[in-house]
Amino acid sequence: MALLQISEPGQSTAPHQHRRAIGIDLGTTHSLVATVRNSIATVLPDEHGRNLLPSVVRYGTDGVRAVGAEAQSQQAEDPRNTLVSVKRFMGRGLSDVVQTHQGDLPYDFVDGPGMVQIRTAAGVKSPVEVSAEILRVLRLRAEASLGGDITGAVITVPAYFDDAQRQATKDAAQLAGLNVLRLLNEPTAAAIAYGLDNAAEGVYAVYDLGGGTFDISILRLSKGVFEVLATGGDSALGGDDFDRRIACWALENAQLTPLGARDLRAMQVEAREVKEALSSRDRARFHVRLVNGDAVDLTLDTETLEALSANLVAKTLKPCRQALRDAGVDIADIRGVVLVGGSTRMPMVRRAVAEFFGQTPLTNLDPDQVVALGAARQAHLLAGNRGGDDWLLLDVIPLSLGIETMGSLVEKIVPRNATLPIARAQEFTTFKDGQTAMRIHVLQGERERVDDCRSLAHFELRGIPPLPAGAARIKVTFEVDADGLLAVTASEQSTGVTAQVAVKPSYGLSDDDIARMLRDSFDHARDDLDARALAEAQVDADRLLDAVRAALAADAEALLNVDERAVIGSRIDALVTARTGNDRSAIRQATDALSTATDDFAARRMDASIRNALAGRTIASL
Amino acid sequence: MAVTLTERAAAHVQKFIAKRGSGVGLRLGVRTTGCSGLAYVLEYADEVKPEDQLFESHGTKVIIDPKSLAFIDGTELDFVREGLNEGFQFNNPNVKNECGCGESFNV
Repeated sequence: MALLQISEPGQSTAPHQHRRAIGIDLGTTHSLVATVRNSIATVLPDEHGRNLLPSVVRYGTDGVRAVGAEAQSQQAEDPRNTLVSVKRFMGRGLSDVVQTHQGDLPYDFVDGPGMVQIRTAAGVKSPVEVSAEILRVLRLRAEASLGGDITGAVITVPAYFDDAQRQATKDAAQLAGLNVLRLLNEPTAAAIAYGLDNAAEGVYAVYDLGGGTFDISILRLSKGVFEVLATGGDSALGGDDFDRRIACWALENAQLTPLGARDLRAMQVEAREVKEALSSRDRARFHVRLVNGDAVDLTLDTETLEALSANLVAKTLKPCRQALRDAGVDIADIRGVVLVGGSTRMPMVRRAVAEFFGQTPLTNLDPDQVVALGAARQAHLLAGNRGGDDWLLLDVIPLSLGIETMGSLVEKIVPRNATLPIARAQEFTTFKDGQTAMRIHVLQGERERVDDCRSLAHFELRGIPPLPAGAARIKVTFEVDADGLLAVTASEQSTGVTAQVAVKPSYGLSDDDIARMLRDSFDHARDDLDARALAEAQVDADRLLDAVRAALAADAEALLNVDERAVIGSRIDALVTARTGNDRSAIRQATDALSTATDDFAARRMDASIRNALAGRTIASL
Repeated sequence: MAVTLTERAAAHVQKFIAKRGSGVGLRLGVRTTGCSGLAYVLEYADEVKPEDQLFESHGTKVIIDPKSLAFIDGTELDFVREGLNEGFQFNNPNVKNECGCGESFNV
């Protein structure tokens, strides 16, 4: 018996048509899965009621031993085979990882193709495979909770993730048996969870203080689309630092001599509990029994905690200032501030953020869940379960996409800033009589000439029926999916012959490249227009020359006298000469002159062909 | 004629409406579709239409259009948990047979 969920008015799905879509926050320290159920975004807990799945995988000789909390608890016993925080290695090479984490990790890193790998008891594992284990557990949890297969998932990634890191995340999801509807930036997901995509247009800040990292993102919402203006942060600052401060305080106050590893861990765990307790109370007891039987028994109050960790909070504000500067916005421009990450529960953090931005931040959603909830809302929509208000927040195309036309010009088909996904089609035709193939050159950029744009792909459409120039109809369709993958299809309309190519337009383009290409297009707008006009004049001239030469070859003897042939011949020579130069008006003039000179000839050819068609027939037979 | 909610179902409906932020009650109904002829409608109600029949069960308003009522009169709506999965279930005495999953039925 299927269990039913409550729909929005008028939006009950037909039986067997429910699309189960999930949002996944694949985090460094822990991961979550959420869905929209009864029209409300909710996080799906496991069978023990736990929402958070620690992003930890432990391998044994027989494969995966444990994932999540169980693996985490075994970390101390088997550190080399218990992989934590692999998100930091996604899409990174061995040299990157060794540079940033020199010697502070117990893993046996191996250089792999394109990405670092880790040697475990179960063999060499890539961060993609480890992430896939985490995602698989979440997929199974979602399937059990929703009673069936998952249509698709939205997975969040940090806004600063590059192409390689995003691709690695997508690969991991596919390996885990998930259909990725799209990847979504974490700050954007947080903003969606708060429904800011339906809010007033403007600039928003997302302050994300997690267990081990701090991220600040400045987003601009316009026409329902979020654009990441700037990101900043500190990859080595988070809630764990607060725990360490408390543990240090306890060590000093209890006047303990340096402790063993197990006692230290016990102190850290207690410190975290005390910190969490102090978010809702003024005082908390710090109590730990050491291995040697001694007890540490202290009381910490909020004032002391704030004094201990004031500079940690202050450390988060510097990247905030920097990000605002990078985004080119003023604090006063910020319309809303979203808090993400468990550490933003601390009242002192909230106070500092409120003071810095001059407004009360949004806190009514659980900061641990907010990213997953936003991803779930996005997945719900992308899977085709439309919400009441018809929003579809998506990315935009950073640079226009088009194809090369005669004269090395670029015809833009998808304009810059078009929202994704998008499909646009345009018809083109053949240039020469009897042309049976067409080379399609896909380009990206704002400039008018092929040489100034970025070449993405070439492909050929063959099997066009031989027709006079301009008679074939070739439809070129550009489709860009929600992940920015471009598919170009060309098909000849009368025969249906089709050719296709798929490319990734953003591949290898950094924001700086995009900015430079845009700047160039502004700087060269005038030159480009001139170049375009010249190229068009040349194309027109070529077309006329071809047509006149073909007509002369066919009918000159029959329809023209010697003088007429001489006039046309000299005009042809004049146009050929003008065509080799760069003077657009000279080409135009010569083209017009030849065109005028051949008017009579064209009329006579028309008459002749009608006479031929009518010869020997009576009016009645027509 | 009546349609009722179990206490558990009513409590969940109220919780969901509170989270959703608006809604006057729960709309139940049927429409012709699916592999066995009829399918249930289970939606939030933002308004009551003049022809609607109104019931109240454990403090929750249940709104049903008169055409649907004939097919679901006597139904008790329950909220059940099966492992991690949870949702609403129609216990409808009018049903003669239903498709394997219970999402559509006929009378």
